[in-house]
Amino acid sequence: MGQTIIDKLWAEHTVADLGDGATLLYIDRIFLHERTGSVALKGLEAAGHAVRHPEQVFCTMDHIVDTTPGRTDDTRMPGGREFITSTRTSAIAAGIHLFDLGDDRQGIVHVVSPEQGIALPGVTLVCPDSHTCTLGGLGALAWGIGSTEAEHALATKTLAVRKPRSMRIRFEGQLGPGVYAKDLILHLISRFGASGGTGYAIEFAGAAIRALPIEARFTLCNMAVEFGAWTGIVAPDESTFEYVRGRPFAPGPETWDEAVAHWRTLASDPDATFDREIEIDCNTLGPHITWGTSPQHGGSIGDAVPDPAAEPDNNRRQSMQRALEYMGLAPGTSLEGLPISAAFIGSCTNSRISDLREAARLLRGHKVAAGVKAICVPGSSQVKKAAEAEGLDRIFRDAGFEWRESGCSMCFYAGGESFGLEERVVSSTNRNFENRQGPRTRTHLASPATVVASAIAGSLADVRKLKGG
Amino acid sequence: MEKFTRLTAIAAPLLRINIDTDAIIPSREMKRVSKKGLSEGLFAGWRYQSPGSRAENPDFILNREPYRKAQILLSGINFGCGSSREHAVWALHEWGIRAIIAPSFGSIFQGNCVRNGIVPVILDNAVVEALARKVEADAENFRLTVDLTTCTVATPDGKSWSFSIPGADREMLLEGLDSIAVTLKRDAEILAYRERDRSRRPWIYLPEGHSK
Repeated sequence: MGQTIIDKLWAEHTVADLGDGATLLYIDRIFLHERTGSVALKGLEAAGHAVRHPEQVFCTMDHIVDTTPGRTDDTRMPGGREFITSTRTSAIAAGIHLFDLGDDRQGIVHVVSPEQGIALPGVTLVCPDSHTCTLGGLGALAWGIGSTEAEHALATKTLAVRKPRSMRIRFEGQLGPGVYAKDLILHLISRFGASGGTGYAIEFAGAAIRALPIEARFTLCNMAVEFGAWTGIVAPDESTFEYVRGRPFAPGPETWDEAVAHWRTLASDPDATFDREIEIDCNTLGPHITWGTSPQHGGSIGDAVPDPAAEPDNNRRQSMQRALEYMGLAPGTSLEGLPISAAFIGSCTNSRISDLREAARLLRGHKVAAGVKAICVPGSSQVKKAAEAEGLDRIFRDAGFEWRESGCSMCFYAGGESFGLEERVVSSTNRNFENRQGPRTRTHLASPATVVASAIAGSLADVRKLKGG
Repeated sequence: MEKFTRLTAIAAPLLRINIDTDAIIPSREMKRVSKKGLSEGLFAGWRYQSPGSRAENPDFILNREPYRKAQILLSGINFGCGSSREHAVWALHEWGIRAIIAPSFGSIFQGNCVRNGIVPVILDNAVVEALARKVEADAENFRLTVDLTTCTVATPDGKSWSFSIPGADREMLLEGLDSIAVTLKRDAEILAYRERDRSRRPWIYLPEGHSK
């Protein structure tokens, strides 16, 4: 019987079969950040373990650092300095690669990781961060872990893992105007639920995925965790190899051909079978947006807020009712046209150069509506530099967006900046949980294009109706 | 790590679906580089009357008697979804929770539980709801027993339900094992793998001593 791409990567990284479905897997790359990596490094020191092969371990500052210009180790988040300085001290002592504040490689971990050639096709990569599944977009086997597991990976270069079930999701057809990878994943989650992928490793396949540029594949795989999946992956192809070539930590000329030859084998065999298969027709999809407090609370921009009374499942109905109360929405309200007070472009989901280019293309010649606080936070220092070289920062600023230093920023509220009580935000991020972006802040998740169209309109908007959209 | 074998305790029903780790401990409550001092932030958004305040919301279940002494939580599908923050588990443990019964869990959260002495018990939603109804009628006396030696949940009226948990997770909880020490017993296999792999995938191995 044929093997799936996950089967192949699993076999290739098996150090030992631990029995009862568990495997000791070799971990090729470990990434840390100051939020959860700090406590892992400190825990490891306290236990008297050294970091094994520190040259394969990387660390960046993204979660707690301010994104305002002129930032220092002091943060708007109370106590942030301790996280930054503790991480720095431990990282230097352990001899791992550190992309510190002021280093032009600094940025959001899952933006930096492929940008620097650290994530590669076929590697196992872990990070104490749930969105590590982003790197599946390159064909890496990458997943998020806790801090204790991170200590284990750092000390042993391995993790004991139970193999997840397999699912293939084929996105067939073509994406229409105003439809992006973000809309695909929001559609999937709204249709199959936030636990629709629980227990599965998911291969994203089909014509629409093959046509996606690599950075869009990151967006897609990024939210596999919001679907409940253990991870998501897209088999590497020629676009992947072109993306990887020449990056600082990627294979150099001496091993490039050998690496590519190996990467070409990383595809599911034609006769491979999956525990579950789903097919989605992309031709009929429009821009998506969420209306509630779970990524599964979403629909098309043209939809009305659903009526919980029509939901037969008791638990889902209660969850919807609670969400509508939190969001200040009544059933039947049209999503399009709902007034907003803020717009945010950033996060490991949608802050890469291609996201900013598309947002700027739509924004050019427009102004953010009066009363809307609009913020753009590039995903990495490299993305910021590239955007500025192309003049994108001018477009954002001229339109009324704040232009920031790179970091996770207002994707979540850590006690520093927030959008405010009951403020309605359209956001290119990944989580619309209660209080995620600030106490009682109301988040609507969407693509950067929908964020731009909404910022201009001052209300949730259909990007297809924007002039130039 | 603290061992878990068998526990009879008050259970608190918190029957919402998709309770995420941001709800279990908001980011703003993770104030220090530490695994301790987190219980005050547990469910902060629900437990207190307003953001930043410590005035209790009297309606929240863990603020009510006898649930203040609960050591078991009953919840809906996908408990612990979202952020990988192990602080969610550290906060639950420090507050006193030792077992969580739900139809499914966020996968990183589930892994974090077994590494910190909390048993993630998976039971059908209908069973969880039935248990919750019984508990709500008389929480002080209708105590649940989670027995990891037999992998069962039992109630005072003599009923019990079996649950399954992966063998390695069960063993880790029962024995309170240090997983790093367990893995390092296989060090020879890890080194052998690395030698084999290095010739097969040389591009994976970065130069040593160049970290900066």
